[in-house]
Amino acid sequence: MYNLMHLLPEMFLLTAGCVILLIDVFSKDLDRNLTYRLTQLALLTTAIICVVQFPQLQYHLYGRHYVLDPMAGIIKISVIVLAMLALLFARPYILPRRILRGEYYLLHLFAVLGMMVLASGGSMLTLYLGLELLSLSLYALVAMQRHSYQAAEAAVKYFVMGAIASGFLLYGMSLIYGVTQQIHLTDIAAYLAQNDASLTLRFGLVFIVVAIAFKFGAVPFQMWVPDVYDGAPTSTTAFLSSAPKVAAFGLAIRIFGYGFIGIAVDWQGLLIILASLSMLLGNIVALAQSNIKRLLAYSAIAHIGYFLLGIISGTAAGFSASFFYILIYAIMSLGGFGCLIYLGQGSEDVKDIDQLKGLGRKNPWGGLLISFLFLSMAGLPPFVGFWAKLEVFLAVLNAGFIWLAVLGAVMSIIGLVYYLKVVKVIFFDEPETEQKIIAARGLRLGLGLTSLSVVALGVFPSKLLELCRQAFEYL
Amino acid sequence: MSLTHYLIVSALLFSISVVGIIINRKNVITLLMCIELMLLAVNTNFIAFSRYLNDEVGQIFVFFILTVAAAEAAIGLAILVVLFRTNKKIDVDELKELKG
Repeated sequence: MYNLMHLLPEMFLLTAGCVILLIDVFSKDLDRNLTYRLTQLALLTTAIICVVQFPQLQYHLYGRHYVLDPMAGIIKISVIVLAMLALLFARPYILPRRILRGEYYLLHLFAVLGMMVLASGGSMLTLYLGLELLSLSLYALVAMQRHSYQAAEAAVKYFVMGAIASGFLLYGMSLIYGVTQQIHLTDIAAYLAQNDASLTLRFGLVFIVVAIAFKFGAVPFQMWVPDVYDGAPTSTTAFLSSAPKVAAFGLAIRIFGYGFIGIAVDWQGLLIILASLSMLLGNIVALAQSNIKRLLAYSAIAHIGYFLLGIISGTAAGFSASFFYILIYAIMSLGGFGCLIYLGQGSEDVKDIDQLKGLGRKNPWGGLLISFLFLSMAGLPPFVGFWAKLEVFLAVLNAGFIWLAVLGAVMSIIGLVYYLKVVKVIFFDEPETEQKIIAARGLRLGLGLTSLSVVALGVFPSKLLELCRQAFEYL
Repeated sequence: MSLTHYLIVSALLFSISVVGIIINRKNVITLLMCIELMLLAVNTNFIAFSRYLNDEVGQIFVFFILTVAAAEAAIGLAILVVLFRTNKKIDVDELKELKG
């Protein structure tokens, strides 16, 4: 009989999700306040269980389908915290709109469950199931704003692209299964240590790389990113652009780092193309955007380019640099979309950069916090975005790809232009209206937490960096 | 019939579905059918390998894929209903409000 205690966080979250679903059906609370509080409570409890059970070693459990190691622990805890912050932002956003339904919160719970399974996947089967649980919840979250045409269009695009990515992933997995007769990542690694990689196996790997690029939104598989970020409700975009990226990092490491480290040369070449194109296209197209949601979407593409640099190096140090980067990026992106929710009064949606005009004069504190986030995304010291970029550039330099590091540095300088444009609009343009922003307490708390953590981690990055290094001791 | 025959069939099915998604400009329902076809191609692959390798893991994998495919189709059709209600059309060409 298996010891099920290791699965306790996942089992608790699943049970809590089902129970809250039932409570939501029978509750007469029109504001869905009860559902919201129970959802946050369930997430908090799961996070506490994860912290208490934090694994110091690497365990291969349940027929080796399930891996519990420090990396999975950190991913799980950070995903839960990001989801809680995203719900904090979502609550005031959906209250005045017609998205206010209990399912909105519950889908977050199931998405988090999917991400937790994904982070712990030890075989191709668990990875696939976790990824699908996550993706299916996200498709529904995007389509939640049922009366908006834009949301429906974004949902169709996201669904079709996501389904193609899943199809590619599965096709690649089937070929790899056919060649190696294994679905466990450790067995695949053992196979590759003893045999030469056949052409069919490489072919399968290419499909998997394409699928991961689709999920991350790396160029040339980025076409859905701006449309989905723009069309989805802002609170959904905030969630979609943060926590799932951290979980997708888990997927990439399980496959590249644990399964296919033996043929690193093959996937490195592909990732180099993806990373350099993402940095180029993301930064250059972002310059031309006047819609701030699209600007953040293109900046997301560029950030994925930088983030891939660490994975390209193929060493534990590089992976930990990428891990640090994606954690920081998730905080910044959540805060960035959170500030758009903060700026929207009533049921107004903030989409134009011009709507930020003169914010620094009307609400100095709000303007300052938002500027911290944008400056950190630009990678300026003393904010933490600088350390994240420095780490991945160092990783790729150590791996001997000097031109990639140079390209990354040049592209960050180009990126400065559009981030600073936003900061300029906030502080130096005349406000169009004198109306002050009055935001809900949860929003102020969420915005304060994200942007102050960007500053605090920028001044003291060593603790988190050390944690990211420890996550890859078992590679 | 050897393994190669099955692999060729599944590769053909997979290509048809990808091409169908790319060149189809008329109807979103066709896209959903192409996505289903893609998963069936994968299933054919898994079953063929499983039979050839005498290893039942591939067949179990297929059960999971079938289940997830059903859930995926349900969500896809639900999104389609939302699109039809807001737009009264489900043409792929009409999906162009979000661009830039």
